[in-house]
Formats: sequence, structure tokens, C-alpha cells
Amino acid sequence: MRRLLPLWIAAIAGFTVIASNFIPRVLGFGDLVTEMFNVLAAVAFVLGAASIAKVHLTKVSAKRPGWGYSVVTLLCFAATLAVGFLKVGVAPAPLTPDLPFSGSYSEPGGAIWWIYEYLIAPITAALFSLLAFFVASAAFRAFRAKNLEAGLLLGTAFIILLGRTAASAYLTGWFPPAIEGLKLENLSLYIMQVFNTAGNRAIMIGIALGVAATSLRILLGIDRSYLGAGE
Amino acid sequence: MSRQTIIWALIGLLFVGFISFRALAGRMGRIYVEPKVQAFEEVPADPIPWADQGDRPPRATWNPVTPPAGAIDRRGVWQETDQSGAKIIGWTSWREIKATEVFEARAEALRTGGREPESRLSWPRTIGLWLAALFTLAAFSFLYRDNPFYKFTESVVVGASAAYYMVVGFWDVLVPKLFGALVPWVVREVVQPTLRDPSLADRLAMAAALVLGVMLLMQLVPKVRWMGVWPLAFIIGTFAGLKLFTFIDSDLLGQLRAATAQSPLVVVKELVPGQPLGTGEMIWQSFLASLQNSLLLIGTVCTLFYFFFSMEQKGAAGRVARVGVWFLMITFGAVFGFTVMGRVTLLAKRFEFLFDDWLWLIDPRGVHQLVSTILGVVAGA
Repeated sequence: MRRLLPLWIAAIAGFTVIASNFIPRVLGFGDLVTEMFNVLAAVAFVLGAASIAKVHLTKVSAKRPGWGYSVVTLLCFAATLAVGFLKVGVAPAPLTPDLPFSGSYSEPGGAIWWIYEYLIAPITAALFSLLAFFVASAAFRAFRAKNLEAGLLLGTAFIILLGRTAASAYLTGWFPPAIEGLKLENLSLYIMQVFNTAGNRAIMIGIALGVAATSLRILLGIDRSYLGAGE
Repeated sequence: MSRQTIIWALIGLLFVGFISFRALAGRMGRIYVEPKVQAFEEVPADPIPWADQGDRPPRATWNPVTPPAGAIDRRGVWQETDQSGAKIIGWTSWREIKATEVFEARAEALRTGGREPESRLSWPRTIGLWLAALFTLAAFSFLYRDNPFYKFTESVVVGASAAYYMVVGFWDVLVPKLFGALVPWVVREVVQPTLRDPSLADRLAMAAALVLGVMLLMQLVPKVRWMGVWPLAFIIGTFAGLKLFTFIDSDLLGQLRAATAQSPLVVVKELVPGQPLGTGEMIWQSFLASLQNSLLLIGTVCTLFYFFFSMEQKGAAGRVARVGVWFLMITFGAVFGFTVMGRVTLLAKRFEFLFDDWLWLIDPRGVHQLVSTILGVVAGA
């Protein structure tokens, strides 16, 4: 029962959503299932946040190395949660000024807006931008045009990079009209329109077939890996 | 102290000195705002004569009115009653404005002896800007090596992000959908008075979602962890159903349509009226378009063939698969190029933030021109 019921839950939910695309009478049920899915996804965020809190609280209570940083994480977590749930600094909506909580939580000037604007967005952008250095150094160490395939990859990357910068005008801007097609910006465009499109198209078709097969295996109960060990 | 440490300490001191000088003398890294006072007067609703006893009484409407004198100096949301006994609620919201506008307005007021503008320095936003800049530098410090500043920044963003997305889920999904269906009167009284009455199906579905949600949270309790598998099955099943249809419809069929019906192998360009295109040029254009579509189809088929593992790729099949690999390599090269470009763009944006928004050393948007800064200093802004 413990293992059979989840299989039925997954099958009924999945096939209801699929059927709602073909049978108008089932459309309402499909929408309801999707709404329930959205609610459960939001609850999953709560679960994730609770899990983070649990991990860091354990680290602090055990005084493991780096527990001070866990305190910082927990403090930021608690503070953001508090100002977000209480909509600190958010004015009511103009149509309902008598309801203090009617304003949007992300309204400019509010505390949660401030946290996103001045903490989350700049830090995540800075962390992602660090990858520019790591990608460059990794490419320098790893890329060697040892064979035709590696040469194609490396050459294409260079053409794409140079073709979309001002450098392309300096390098190939002087080409006569007869060989205009060999200008870096035109080569870059042609690669994107033909070779990249063809490769991506095949990859997308492959992914779609893979997703369809995996989804069907799950819905038909053939793939039961999500039930955990023992199956 | 080693020589390297002394050099780094000197560089750090020089940097701090430069920032301090720019902050005090150059007035860098400041955000100015202007107020917008809003006030609304209550207009009680007339009772509906034919309403049933169980019906909700109609809500009062709120009309915008001119705010009373001195309202700008009141903090937060304020309430008062006017002479006619009507309730007035109001607050001040602040809009960010260019420093240039502030300095010029103040210099003008100083020159003509007119009234000082209402704009002012926003301390919360200015502190936020400085924090953002310092955290950006702390993140970049990882390029030197892992250090406490970077770890601190990492801890801040992990804690704040986790809670932020929880807040988003709460206000965007749980309140309007879950609570809106199960306790609509509470949501109406607190957040959304226009919320429609949920149907019985909505209530039942959300009650089921609530039960599944509670079961999902049981994952945290080791003794009843098995309960968490049921909602997980629901999530996986629904997701599988959604993706099955979406991927087949848009990716598989969409791409097959694009590869066949929308890309004919033989293209004949027609003479467009008013377009001076010679016959030779037309034939050349037609040939190029046909070649492009043929290459697209050949590339797609060959690449798909490479992914076909049910037969050994030897002989002719191997050669076709090899062509597919070439197309794949070119695709990966393009993806890699774009990835590098995206990251470099992000890096440039961060530098722009540091040098423009924070240090005021460059001014591509004309927000804080040097002239305005000097005017501001003169005017004592």
C-alpha cells in the first residue's frame, strides 16, 4: 500500500494533465491539478528553507568549523523572512488603503525590495561574473586543437566571440565586397543560422524524445526510482 | 610582516583613502529621492436593497484627495478625519531621481533665492548601494583566494535568497491560491478584498494540496518520512504529464515542422516589385537559400543519426555520424562562445556598477555629471 499508492497518485495526476490537452471536459481537472502542483512547489520552497535552517542550526549547535558563517546565514534568513512576511516598508494598495497588507511585497522602497535590489541581485551577479575568469582560464588550459573536432569547436568559439565585438570590424572590415561573406560578423551569423540551428534542432528533438520516454516510464510505473531504495 | 603583505596593505590603504576622499569631497555613491504624498478619502458604499442576509456588505471606495499640509513630514501610513467626518488615509512614497537634477535644482534655488526642492538624500538606498558595492568587491576577492570576506558574502546571499524565494512563494502562490480557497474571508479582510468566491472544486483541490503539503513537510521528521513520498509522487507525476505534452508539442513536432515544411530544399526567389534585383542576382540568392536549407536538413539528420545507438556506426553509417559530430562540435563552440560572452557582459556590468553608480567616475547615463557635482558642492547639497 505504501508503495502502490504513490504510483497511482503519479499516474492519475500525470494522465489527467495530459488528457486535459485533448478532452475539453477534462480541462478543468487539468487546471486544478496544475494549481495543486503550484501550491506544492511553493511548499517545497518552505521545505528547502527549513532544511537549510536545520543544517545550519545543527552546525551552530555542534560548533563545527565555520559555524560563525552559519550564524550569519541564519540571521539573514530570519530577517528576510520577517520583513517579507510582514511587508515591512510597503504602503497599502491605492484602491484599498484601509488594508495595510494589500500592497505588493516587492514594491520599490519596501524592505524585501531593498534586500533583493542591494543584496541578492548584486551578489549573485558578481558571483556569476566570476565565471568569466574561470571559463577563460579553464579554456586556456583545456583547449588544444589536437584533432578536427576540437579545432572546429575552438574555431567556432573564436569566430562567434570576435564576430560580435568591435574587433571584427578591425580584423575583416576591409574585405572587398567580392568576399564579404567571409567577414567575421557574416561568418558568425551564418554559423548561428545554419550549423548551430541544425545541431540545436537535433539536440532538442533528442531531448524531447528522451523526456517523453522518461515521462511515460514514470507514469506507467516502470521507473520507480523516486520511491527510494528497494524498488 | 612579509613584503607581499606590506604591499597589499598599502594598496588597501590607498584604496580606502581614495574612497573616503571621493565620498566626502566628490559626494559619490549617493541616491536621491523625491517624495510623492498620496492621500485617499473614504466614500461609504450605499447598502444594496435586494441583498440577502448572508451577502457580504459592499466595501467603501477610496478616492484620491489633496494631502493636508505637512503630510510629507509624517512617517509611515497615517490616518485622520476631515471636517465632514470622512476618514483619510495617506502615506509618502519615494521615487529615485538623478543626482544631476537635485544638484541643479539646489544651485538654481541658491542663485535665485527660491525655495529648496523637496528632493533629499535617501539613507536606506545609499547604505544599500554601499553594501552592494562592498559585497561585490568581497565576491571578487575570491579571485585572489578563498577568504573570510568571500565566505561572509556567500553566507549572506544563501540566507537571504532562501528566505526571499520562500516569501515569493508565500505571497504569490500560497496566499491567493491556497488560503484564498480555504479561508477566503481572511484573505479578503487582510490582503485582497476583490477575491472571488472559490468553487467547491477549488476548495476540495486546495484541501487536498494542503494535506499533501503537510505530508511533504514530514520529510523533516525521520519517523514519518515515508509520508513525504506521496506528495513527491504527485509532483513528479504532474511534472511528467506537463513536460510530456509540452516537449512533444513544441520541441519534437515544432522542430520537425521547422526542419521540413518550413524549410523547402529548393527555394525560388521571386522578383519583388520595386526591388532592383537582376536575374543573375535572383538565381544566386535562390541558390544560397536552397543551400542553407539543404545544409540545415543534412546537419539535423546527421546529428540525429549520431545519437542513434541501435546499430554500430561503421562504414557509411559511421561517416554520416561523423558529419553529425562536426555539426555538434560547431554547435558546442557557438554555445561556449555565447557563454563566455554572457559572463564577460555580466562582469562589465558589475564594473559599470562600481565605477558609475558607486564611484561616480564615469557617467554614461548622465545621472551625476561632474558639473552637477561641482554645483552641488557649491550649493552645499
